[in-house]
Amino acid sequence: MRMASQGDTKREDQSGGSGDDRGSADAEVLRETAIAAEAKRRTALHLVQRFLHRHPTMVPVIVLAVSVVLFGMIAGGRFFSPFNLSLIMQQVSIIGILAAAQSIIIITAGIDLSVAAIMVLASVIAGKLAVEAGVPTGLALLAAFVCGTLAGTMNGLLVTRLRLPPFIVTLGTWNVFFALNLWLSGAQSIRGQDIDNAAPLLKFFGQSLTFGGARLTYGSMLMIIIFLVLWYLLNRTAWGRHVYATGDDKEAAELAGIRTDRTLVSVYALAGFVCAIGAWAAIGRVGSVSPQSFYEGNLQSITAVVIGGISLFGGRGSILGALFGALIVGVFQSGLRLAGVDVLWQVFAIGWLIIVAVAVDQWIRRVSS
Amino acid sequence: MNRLNPIQLACIGGAALLAASAVPATAEISACLITKTDTNPFFVKMKEGATKEAEANGIALQTFAGKIDGDVETQVAAVETCIASGAKGILITPSDSRALAPVVTQARDAGLLVIALDTPFEPADVADATFATDNFKAGVLIGQWAKATLGDDAANAKIALLDLNPSEVSVDYLRDQGFLTGFGIDVKDPTDIGDEDDPRIVGHDVTNGNEEGGRTAMENLLQKDPEVNVVYTINEPAAAGAYEALKAFGRENDVLVVSVDGGCPGVMNVGEGIIGATSMQFPLLMASKGIEAIKNWADSGAKPDNTPGLDFFDTGVQLITDTPVEGLDSLSSEDGLALCWG
Repeated sequence: MRMASQGDTKREDQSGGSGDDRGSADAEVLRETAIAAEAKRRTALHLVQRFLHRHPTMVPVIVLAVSVVLFGMIAGGRFFSPFNLSLIMQQVSIIGILAAAQSIIIITAGIDLSVAAIMVLASVIAGKLAVEAGVPTGLALLAAFVCGTLAGTMNGLLVTRLRLPPFIVTLGTWNVFFALNLWLSGAQSIRGQDIDNAAPLLKFFGQSLTFGGARLTYGSMLMIIIFLVLWYLLNRTAWGRHVYATGDDKEAAELAGIRTDRTLVSVYALAGFVCAIGAWAAIGRVGSVSPQSFYEGNLQSITAVVIGGISLFGGRGSILGALFGALIVGVFQSGLRLAGVDVLWQVFAIGWLIIVAVAVDQWIRRVSS
Repeated sequence: MNRLNPIQLACIGGAALLAASAVPATAEISACLITKTDTNPFFVKMKEGATKEAEANGIALQTFAGKIDGDVETQVAAVETCIASGAKGILITPSDSRALAPVVTQARDAGLLVIALDTPFEPADVADATFATDNFKAGVLIGQWAKATLGDDAANAKIALLDLNPSEVSVDYLRDQGFLTGFGIDVKDPTDIGDEDDPRIVGHDVTNGNEEGGRTAMENLLQKDPEVNVVYTINEPAAAGAYEALKAFGRENDVLVVSVDGGCPGVMNVGEGIIGATSMQFPLLMASKGIEAIKNWADSGAKPDNTPGLDFFDTGVQLITDTPVEGLDSLSSEDGLALCWG
């Protein structure tokens, strides 16, 4: 647009001056090429925009690919080693599982600030029961799953029954769950060696398979399985369609006969359950039951979801995006670290990544024609 | 449903306030204890010590705590409440050594004795006195222990340092730089972590003082150099996390892990060989000495003195290890269990 109008002024100037026909014709040609170039540029951009609109998951996939290549060049062979790549998977696995739970809630246009608190609470419950109270590990884990699901259900009921915004509800329950966790645990970790003696099953997901230098923990595999199962539920079941419809336009979904409140409660409950599974994986990853860990897990999970291209306005985005989002954060951190960048600047980089991700999302959403 | 109107609410609120302000008036002397959190076992122990000593001296003790470490606002509000309540003195573990200085100065201007516990202010004379662990010395002890344990190999050590967080608060750099000094490494600026150029240092990373952070940081530094053989950790939970990472790398048996704190789980980890040595601190003593000082101040107006040569009162630090080295006074983990906190 701007180039075309510049062409206009140029033509006016010249015709107003000497009245030279040739100059005027030149200007005309100039103007036309400018318009054509602009049009070409716009269609190319448009095509990209339309393509990304249709395949929103491609954004994080492209970013992930580009950042892997980029950091591979900066940090060299160490970054590309199978071991380092599997270590990244391992390091993001817990935040990845939280991001999976976070995704299904964000798809309903909600948000859950309490995911990490539910997870840590569930891990403390499992640890206290299995290690200190001598309850069989299976039962202790079951209790943790039930508590996680109940915590999620409570979030869902508060959102639907009291009609409170999810942000407020989960801001509140984040504090509530965090306080309960500290009260139960006395802020004391349960030592890894005590877990090994009393309930080694709690550390199940810390085990790993080694092949070709890569070490894949059961926890990283669990993360991928959780994403695949949730992807299936969201994309291949009626429940999944209801979740997207509720997130896209709740009133329209209701008019279409979807019981949106019931759908919402089920989403929050499922998220709570996923967090509780994450608790089991977290014990394996950390090696002990640590009530002080993952304090920022809720925000890190939102970061992964947002970078993964899932719209905070609901109804749009694939849950697999969150997996890529979590991996992108992991790749950035690992790459920057291996390149010798200070922790401070890693935080700085992730911050910009969030802003760029949302800006791109907004731009893609503007496809209307 | 019965709804309360705003006036009723105001009445209830007012009554609650009155009730709250009436409490300290029952005792002659009142004092406040403000900790970073009221969940960390270290502060729980501190509160226990203060409460006991206050009861013994007939002092009414009000306790406050931030929600998490670094929660400055809650601590500022707590100091303001203490001034308003007419307390004689405040014992505080500042969540931020600099940010709390103005409100503490206000308290002193209002005639209260302010004693920093565990974490000194910057500068230390913002408070009337500081009762704390000599964190630098705590670091020096484990540094010396690591050096003596390695013997001649200390010259080719590969050292990983697992610190607290990117803010580099005083306890963080004091322990880190103390450790390096004890190990015989030139630390350059002793208030700056990471300005050293000794090739034996593999790197620094942050842990937030918990297991998860300890594990991730250890993995990162092992990625940087898989031959790390000495690991300094800011506290024992971070050490436990680091151990998990070492185990995953198959390195748990040939790496020395040292730490600071003296929490009971940490001392048990010394007993099991997970941590080679740890420097124990004494939170209970800080608090009871603090209450004693407020009592003296209220009775005679006398302020506590510092340990000679330091700008604070040293409440002591004790090296705990099951493999003692010559020339360093230490206790076994078994004896340590009788003294540990939390």
